Amino acid sequence: MARINSAAELEEVRKSIATKKDPNKPCVAICGGIGCLGGRENLIHAFEEEVKKQKLEGKADVRVTGCHGFCAQGPNIIIYPEEICYVKVQPEDASEIVSQTLIGKKVVDRLVYTDPNTGKKAVHQSEIPYYKKQTRNLLGTNPKIDPRSIDDYLAIGGYSALAKGLLQMGPEQVLEEVKKANLRGRGGGGFPAGLKWETARNAKAEIKYVICNGHEGEPGAYMDRAIFQGNPHLIIEGLIIGGYAVGARQGFIYTRHDMPRLRENIDLALKKAEEYGFLGRNILGSGFDFQIEVHLDVGIFVSGEASALMRSIEGKAPEPRPKYTRTAVKGIWERPSNLNNVETWANVPQIISKGSEWYAGIGTERSKGTKMVSLSGNIVNTGVVEVPFGTSLKEIVYDIGGGIPNGKKLKGVHFGAAMGGTLPAELIDTPLDFDVLSKLGAAIGAGGLFVMDEDTSMVSMSRFFLDFLANESCGKCVPCREGIRQMLRIFTRMSEGKGKEGDIETLEELCEVGSLASLCALGKTTSSPIRSGLRFFRREYEASIKPTKRTA
Amino acid sequence: MSDILLTIDGKEVHAKPETTVLDAARSAGIFIPTLCHHEKLEPYGGCRLCTVEVESRGRINYFASCLFPVERNLVVRTRTEKVDKIRKVILELLLAHAPDSPQLVALAEEYGAKADRFDKESSFCVLCGLCVRYCAEVKKKNAIAFVDQGPRREINFIPEIASKECWNCKECFPLCPTSYLQAAYLLTEALAFPSSLKSESGSR
Amino acid sequence: MDDHRIDEIVNKYEGKPNSVIMVLMDIQHENRWLPREVLEKVSNKLGVPLSDILHIATFYKTFSLKPQGRHEVHVCAGTSCHQRGSAKILEKVRDLIGIDPGETTSDLRFSLENGSCLGCCTLGPEIVVDGVHHNNITPDDVEDILKNYK
Repeated sequence: MARINSAAELEEVRKSIATKKDPNKPCVAICGGIGCLGGRENLIHAFEEEVKKQKLEGKADVRVTGCHGFCAQGPNIIIYPEEICYVKVQPEDASEIVSQTLIGKKVVDRLVYTDPNTGKKAVHQSEIPYYKKQTRNLLGTNPKIDPRSIDDYLAIGGYSALAKGLLQMGPEQVLEEVKKANLRGRGGGGFPAGLKWETARNAKAEIKYVICNGHEGEPGAYMDRAIFQGNPHLIIEGLIIGGYAVGARQGFIYTRHDMPRLRENIDLALKKAEEYGFLGRNILGSGFDFQIEVHLDVGIFVSGEASALMRSIEGKAPEPRPKYTRTAVKGIWERPSNLNNVETWANVPQIISKGSEWYAGIGTERSKGTKMVSLSGNIVNTGVVEVPFGTSLKEIVYDIGGGIPNGKKLKGVHFGAAMGGTLPAELIDTPLDFDVLSKLGAAIGAGGLFVMDEDTSMVSMSRFFLDFLANESCGKCVPCREGIRQMLRIFTRMSEGKGKEGDIETLEELCEVGSLASLCALGKTTSSPIRSGLRFFRREYEASIKPTKRTA
Repeated sequence: MSDILLTIDGKEVHAKPETTVLDAARSAGIFIPTLCHHEKLEPYGGCRLCTVEVESRGRINYFASCLFPVERNLVVRTRTEKVDKIRKVILELLLAHAPDSPQLVALAEEYGAKADRFDKESSFCVLCGLCVRYCAEVKKKNAIAFVDQGPRREINFIPEIASKECWNCKECFPLCPTSYLQAAYLLTEALAFPSSLKSESGSR
Repeated sequence: MDDHRIDEIVNKYEGKPNSVIMVLMDIQHENRWLPREVLEKVSNKLGVPLSDILHIATFYKTFSLKPQGRHEVHVCAGTSCHQRGSAKILEKVRDLIGIDPGETTSDLRFSLENGSCLGCCTLGPEIVVDGVHHNNITPDDVEDILKNYK
């Protein structure tokens, strides 16, 4: 494949790909997400074998895609072109699916989704309530493309935003669009991306960096993996556009070490992007050079923290640096480094191609666009969903999530895992919004929504979160390290019903000091779940304090 | 480069750009307690005792003064209710490890920190890092390392290096706010120094 | 691991000091653990103080300073799995193979980890053995799963 050197050449390539594609060619799109395959390849092999056995080789495709999002009903496959969805598919079903649906064009009824509440069957995504209520601007592409095929990405319009940005807009104009769109960071900070980009752009330095944080260490958050594995070019395109806007010629992708398929897809995408001319020198004839380097995470949460991550790219232990040395000004090797989360970068191409006005039309006044949310805990439909900001939590948990299993009542909805907070059931009508949730002490974090039913013990959850933080804290500063140590001692007592008088007051003081004096966000937010718990579920904590003879 | 004017405890202070609030305060004769700070070493920001209240552009925040750079029109308060509470709790947390540390005991009185607020911890190292950093930055021998993370963090002498360098140096010993460092050295020497060197050194 | 192989890995990253984490990861992946002598060699070849390397090697959970077992057993300890009873799964695993998380059995058969969320919350509670997920299990399933791994 020769390098593409102009917008016109790009359109030529796109046209030629389109003519080679047969929209009616049968295709089995298998969800290759870890939740569906569980590290096994036998489902894929089964279909590949059956296609061969039933003499469809060359006449039907078996495509392993990224996450479809409907993890609770996995393994998921979709048969194109009819877009028939089959759920809970096993390798033994391959033979019937190939003969009945691919060849016979008939639906295999027993593998079709059945709504547990109504008993209704739904063959197409548009009929399944789970999907119906979502706005899958990002995730919707996953089932339709092979993440290992750059041609598939080009066929759906990929890299047109890059062409527009590089060739029709100057870097300042690109930056303005992102500012006007009010794209806010999706990794947990919620900070306006455009402003961060502007700080990096304005920093006086010859060499700057843009970084994609794909660490996704927040427990229960697995949407970044879904989009990155399913559509790596989307994030790469966003990163290149960001580099252009900021004035960086080098990008870093920081990703997980424990997912081989994800790593392979990213490596292959980078290779192809380079081959086609979207990376390297003089991209699309614009005069802009850009390279991307991949770094792997090493299995610790704090390395997802921006300044700690940068220490890790520098090859040092990831100890966070205080925020007043803004990393956008002095990041990796003291150079301006603009870091954003995978989902944030994934939003960039659509902002450039469809415009900031279109983007700002989705969401609420100060939270724009859609948000991917990964549902987990006591909920019927665990999985990755995508909704516009402003959607009520009630709709997410009940209409999309299918409600609470086993007839239990909802107790609370938790965001931000060990650094977040819980909203009680009474607040279920709260809209998904950065600021609204933040004010209630349950900031959205990375978007992992954890549902707790009536049997959940808040004391036990607080203890659990502290255990997590004890394993992830770097240990450099006293308020965090020693604070966690002492809070754990208290919670161990409390979870055995042996809390001492004064324990809650001590917790509150440790929380206050930790939130004010810790070095980084991890230390500062260790107190969040506890404070949130005390705010809405105080009586439960008080009940675990052993009454003294005086109060008994 | 012109001086930066800031206010510390109501006093006008002039400082060169890139000076830390701690250094600016010291130059004006204002005392801020520290533990992990040392003039010969890069500021560390680990103990957080030097935390001060900082008001800038209408916002109030709490920063470690050993790291925070001076800014024009910054208003700094070194003693407020919250600042004092922060220091008190930090001291109480550290006294659980090293109740006999002279530096900690002296400050405890000033801030009303109770040495027995928290149960005694088994390790009396306060992880100020003075030893590790001194050996790395001043002696450039790197004989001591931080290991592990979070509450399990520790300092370890590296036997292969310590056995060659430490006996004739020991410059880090007086820096230690507790007696942990000497104890750790002796233990490492007894257990892990290469036996060839042990027999040579005889009397030790 | 022989010196030649270490050289190859170091050269793959052009001997740059900031590649120390990547170098250690490659060695860990191939050798399954980081022997002390190897750490010293890496320290010399990259010009990074041994103290820094020890900090990094003990800081990150991916690295092991002791030989690992033939099979890596990972009990997910994420919020959702915890909610679904992963603590009991971990207890059963500990009972059966007799080690705590972070340890290896003396016959080098199993190493146990119970690190953070694996990101497949639908499958929980689960244990992952050698990269294969055994999902939605109960403590009773554990013995059957593990006995297949010699």
